[in-house]
Amino acid sequence: MSTTTPALSIRGLVKRYGNIVAVDGLDLEVARGECFGLLGPNGAGKTTTIEICEGLNNPDDGEVVVLGMRHRDNPLGIRAAIGISLQETQLTEKLTVEETVRLFHSFYPRRRPVDEVIAAVQLDEKRTARVGQLSGGQKQRLALACALVGDPDLFFLDEPTTGLDPQSRRQLWDLIGRFKAEGRTVVITTHYMDEAEHLCDRVAIVDHGKIIAQGTPRQLISLLGTEHVVEFRLDGLALGETELAALPGVTGVQVKDGRYQLDVTMIHQTIPALLALLHGRDSALSELTTHTATLEDVFVHLTGRHLRDG
Amino acid sequence: MVEKGAPRPWRDRAIVQLTLARYREFYREPEAMFWTFIFPLLMAAGLGLAFRSKPPEVAKIGVVRTGSYAAVAAGLRAETLLDVREVDDSVASRLLRTGKVALLVVPSGEARIEYRFDDTRPEAVAARRVVDDVLQRSAGRRDPVPVINAFVRERGSRYIDFLIPGLLGMNLMASSMWGIGFSVVDQRRKKLLRRFVATPMSRAEYLASFVLARLTLLVVEIGFLVSFGVLAFGVPLRGSIVGLVALCLLGSMAFGGLGLLIAARPRTVEAASGLMNVTMLPMWVFSGVFFSSGNFPDAMQPFIKALPLTALNDGLRAIMLEGAGVTQLPLAFGVLSAWLVICFALAVKIFRWK
Repeated sequence: MSTTTPALSIRGLVKRYGNIVAVDGLDLEVARGECFGLLGPNGAGKTTTIEICEGLNNPDDGEVVVLGMRHRDNPLGIRAAIGISLQETQLTEKLTVEETVRLFHSFYPRRRPVDEVIAAVQLDEKRTARVGQLSGGQKQRLALACALVGDPDLFFLDEPTTGLDPQSRRQLWDLIGRFKAEGRTVVITTHYMDEAEHLCDRVAIVDHGKIIAQGTPRQLISLLGTEHVVEFRLDGLALGETELAALPGVTGVQVKDGRYQLDVTMIHQTIPALLALLHGRDSALSELTTHTATLEDVFVHLTGRHLRDG
Repeated sequence: MVEKGAPRPWRDRAIVQLTLARYREFYREPEAMFWTFIFPLLMAAGLGLAFRSKPPEVAKIGVVRTGSYAAVAAGLRAETLLDVREVDDSVASRLLRTGKVALLVVPSGEARIEYRFDDTRPEAVAARRVVDDVLQRSAGRRDPVPVINAFVRERGSRYIDFLIPGLLGMNLMASSMWGIGFSVVDQRRKKLLRRFVATPMSRAEYLASFVLARLTLLVVEIGFLVSFGVLAFGVPLRGSIVGLVALCLLGSMAFGGLGLLIAARPRTVEAASGLMNVTMLPMWVFSGVFFSSGNFPDAMQPFIKALPLTALNDGLRAIMLEGAGVTQLPLAFGVLSAWLVICFALAVKIFRWK
């Protein structure tokens, strides 16, 4: 196995559940040492894709090569070389942190010392605590310790920070950042755009079982052809999309449920013009926000939906 | 830093860690400890007290103060099976009616005696027979056939002797099936099984860890119940302890296999509980835990004999009460081995890992 083969290569992946197509001909390649994000709303097919990569689900069609190995030929080789965290695993509550890590430690042919791994996820002080007593963030870090203890070349992390408080998410980001710094490949799914922008070298946006865009976060944002987003709501009469599009610096307009969203290149020109337009109308701003364009905006731009809309 | 090469110390082996995890899950769950160890003891103690052997019953009788009552009463007092009191005529009927005495002896003069009793009450009829014998013999009756009473009150034939092996068998069934079935389904429900399957963990070692943990807990379990029966109720242990342990091990493994088979597919603990109860119910009823399975019609016997709990219970009773050796129990060992092999093979084949 040469180190120039990709860490993960997926071609034409298809998975159906009855009449529902969960993954619809997905292609993907992740280079070694890369942190790659699969982004998309719930039900987009991210988890199904990652479970097929982990060998926990069987594809109906297509090919998955993990670190140069196929599940059909070398399932144990793949399992020994990957570290995973599933979305909903509940580790045994009656065991302590150390006992849990030691249990996973015993499964792997190549492994890192238990103490070192517990220290790496900053659970030293909790080593004799029962899993049932840990906070959500601590449980997630323990889950990562169970993945790390096998000294994996490739991590599959399925929504590792969902439901965590901001501080715990930061801690997890630091930890995942360190995996990357150690030269390990990380494939992560998330529906937090800030997470993807912070952690990932490249991201793929998945919708309805297909990749609809991929590249670095910057590349994707530049797809918008714009750097800022202006969002507002109105009290009173509605504005037409055409008159908004005619405002200086506006490259795109979306209106949904009374919320206006403008993709804007020159915010210093657009805002005064918008205010001037409203001045002559029987209409007032009830809400106005502006932000630098994010992956979320890219998703809205590509699908017309927000990520959380599902 | 990465550990590799070098043979791994015993505690770093997966089978050891998995088995240790099973123990920890067990002894950190106080309820599980109670149901496995304490509950059967309480049950044995309760049933043992209820069905303990009693000394021969002494009948309470009254001699009414009429005629030559003093001589009659003195003669009857010599008989140990009678508790004799002298009563006045005025209260005699009330004592009989309320059951304070089982029989009234009324000496009515002229060497005639009247017995007053309720002939539908067994103790009254028995008392009459004893009283009559004593009075007739003292009046000169001679029995033509000489008899000797030899009392046989042997350990091993009492209800508690029958019960303890049955409880042991039932307990092995319940703890093996629940112990394995519940944990497996719970780990599947929590997606922990999926997590394990995504590691290089050996699936055979995972299943084996349940059996290993069961077998060692089993020794404690048998020790508790058997020594309780022997010490508290004097239940005999006539066969060899090795034979007893061997049969218990095999029985426990057979039920472990059955538990594994039941737990092979269900995703929820509720579904598994239902299957578990459906499987165990016929054995509670038919397999001779509380009463002999011989009470059921002959036509049903082949079916009853094929049940693993029947085989285990019959085998345990043969070893404990009759002192049978392992080689004398081909049926028990054969039936249990068959269940073990078939259940395990099926369970592994249909097991839902993901």
